[in-house]
Amino acid sequence: MTLNRRTFIATGVATATMAAPMVRASGKPRVVVVGGGAGGATAARYIAKDSKGEIDVTLIEPSRQYYTCFFSNLYLGGFREMQSLGHSYGALASQGVNVVHDWAVGIDRDAKTVALAGGGSVSYDRLILSPGIDFIEGAVPGWSVASQNKMPHAYKAGSQTELLRAQIEAMPEGGTYVMVAPPNPYRCPPGPYERISMVAHTLKATNPTAKIIIVDPKDKFSKQALFEEGWGKHYSGMIERIGPDFGGDKVSVNADEMTVDVDGEVIKADVCNVIPAMKAGRICEMASITDGNWAPVSGHTMQSRIDENIHVLGDACAQGDMPKSGFSANSQAKVAAMAVRGALTGSKVFPAKFSNTCWSLIDSDDGIKVGATYEATDEKIAKVDGFISATGEDAALRKATYEESVGWYAGITADMFG
Amino acid sequence: MSGVAKYLSAVALSAAAFLSPALAAEETEALGDADNGAVIFRKCQSCHAVGPDAKNKVGPQLNEVFGRKAGAIEGFRYSDGLIREGNNGLVWDYEHLDAYLNNPKALVSDTRMNFRGLKDEQERHDVLAYLRQFSASPRDIPEAQPTAIPKEIELSDEILAIVGDPEYGEYLSSECTTCHQRDGGDEGIPSITQWATEDFVTAMHAYKEKIRPHPVMQMMAGRLTDEEIAALAAYFAALED
Repeated sequence: MTLNRRTFIATGVATATMAAPMVRASGKPRVVVVGGGAGGATAARYIAKDSKGEIDVTLIEPSRQYYTCFFSNLYLGGFREMQSLGHSYGALASQGVNVVHDWAVGIDRDAKTVALAGGGSVSYDRLILSPGIDFIEGAVPGWSVASQNKMPHAYKAGSQTELLRAQIEAMPEGGTYVMVAPPNPYRCPPGPYERISMVAHTLKATNPTAKIIIVDPKDKFSKQALFEEGWGKHYSGMIERIGPDFGGDKVSVNADEMTVDVDGEVIKADVCNVIPAMKAGRICEMASITDGNWAPVSGHTMQSRIDENIHVLGDACAQGDMPKSGFSANSQAKVAAMAVRGALTGSKVFPAKFSNTCWSLIDSDDGIKVGATYEATDEKIAKVDGFISATGEDAALRKATYEESVGWYAGITADMFG
Repeated sequence: MSGVAKYLSAVALSAAAFLSPALAAEETEALGDADNGAVIFRKCQSCHAVGPDAKNKVGPQLNEVFGRKAGAIEGFRYSDGLIREGNNGLVWDYEHLDAYLNNPKALVSDTRMNFRGLKDEQERHDVLAYLRQFSASPRDIPEAQPTAIPKEIELSDEILAIVGDPEYGEYLSSECTTCHQRDGGDEGIPSITQWATEDFVTAMHAYKEKIRPHPVMQMMAGRLTDEEIAALAAYFAALED
């Protein structure tokens, strides 16, 4: 179901004027979800599905077609087509979620309303923010969002990812691909290194004398031993990483000149993939629920520590031990959905449980994974148990791990979008 | 024949292939020795290839034979009998491979496989243990044939008698459905929808005890209580597609 904006605004106004005690004398309790990714789409779907019509759920998401960031590296490696990463919101709408394609541009926490870019506002009893990430301005001197068409970040999937692939394909023979990797914490800890693997996979076939340089401010990174083993095995001599001991933390770029300055040494790049430091999606700042770069939440319910009527999911929240990943956001969404239903309709609330697994592809049929389970404590979401693939695993296991990741993609996208 | 009974003969084999020897000895009767199987397989090699780059010869290549429908390799010219049996539902699980190796023409009367059969039971088990290594996918996914090992752990009657709370199971299930599709889709990751509760409970306890090998599932099951496992079993058993 799509809402005509005029009717929608009218509904919003009408609800707003009704004032909002927790349980209304008339009218259903109202949940607004901002952001239709792994956190937001899952939360909207689970609340609509499990409340069986008792809660009015509105999802605000500007894109009509959502491209998953997870698996977008596989597009760079030629393992997936962009189309296969796109998902629309039609099924969510048919499951009772009011999907509004617009930008949320402001939140009035006292009035409990969300303002929309297209005009009007929508009121809520509970608000769920799952806006993902934005980049910290000035994090990489010389780079700004205005440079993204020359030096793409490709850390929000879609046109940026397509641009990066086109640039890689257009690299001159023996050219140089530079990645400026982000500092912690950031979305998808193994993501930059899986990307390096996928770029190397493509270049090995099309441009085998090309070089890949990672300029990295971090001492170490996710699944490092596994990636380095894989790079040595599949892409020997192609990949160089400059860590902070060699100036990887002192980097600036010049997008017009296509140069990268690493502690005074200038590298000429044919492709420069800048992944700047990250912060919570802007709407969190607008709502004044951030502390530093992220929005702190309680692990029991994913409620903001600053406003109990707001829950924050996924990359944008500061919750404790979970990595920022689509899997984590999906896991947190279910805990939030249960808490929101409990608060608004009195349904049963069970103790929060969380889990995460991140698969990465190094080369054809060479998949690895890392994962953990978590529980809520009063202080944070705390790790309970975990595992990681081992170096030296046999090829059959690595192939099975890759196949499992493909199954997971099908599973989580079905879980998000219905 | 029930699904469980059908898998029973495969139990020991998969255990031998994937569990540590100590565990396998404890939990199952070890049947096949893959190394010895490799030697016996020389008798088959003039007609069958297996392993990387294996191609069809006089007989079809045998990679991924476990779980394959009979007569199903595209482009291979099978006897009418194998195609017929495939259409009748013959799938190469352990039990049927064992029978076929024992006497090919007894299982498929007009097969072109002119082999008098391996009469020694242990030899058959050994060669099947060897071949099993080339049907790796979906290894570690014990719900799927041919690695199904539903009886690898003995549970007390008390645990099996727990009646799960489906409402709690529904909440807990949301952790499963990040990977396992609720509608029963099983691409890369097996379906867990509409399992018999006893199979479900047994499987989850086997992960919890780290007898089944998959690290994600060991971790997920590892923190579930007996009641929570029962709740999940009750929920998924009743779930409609």
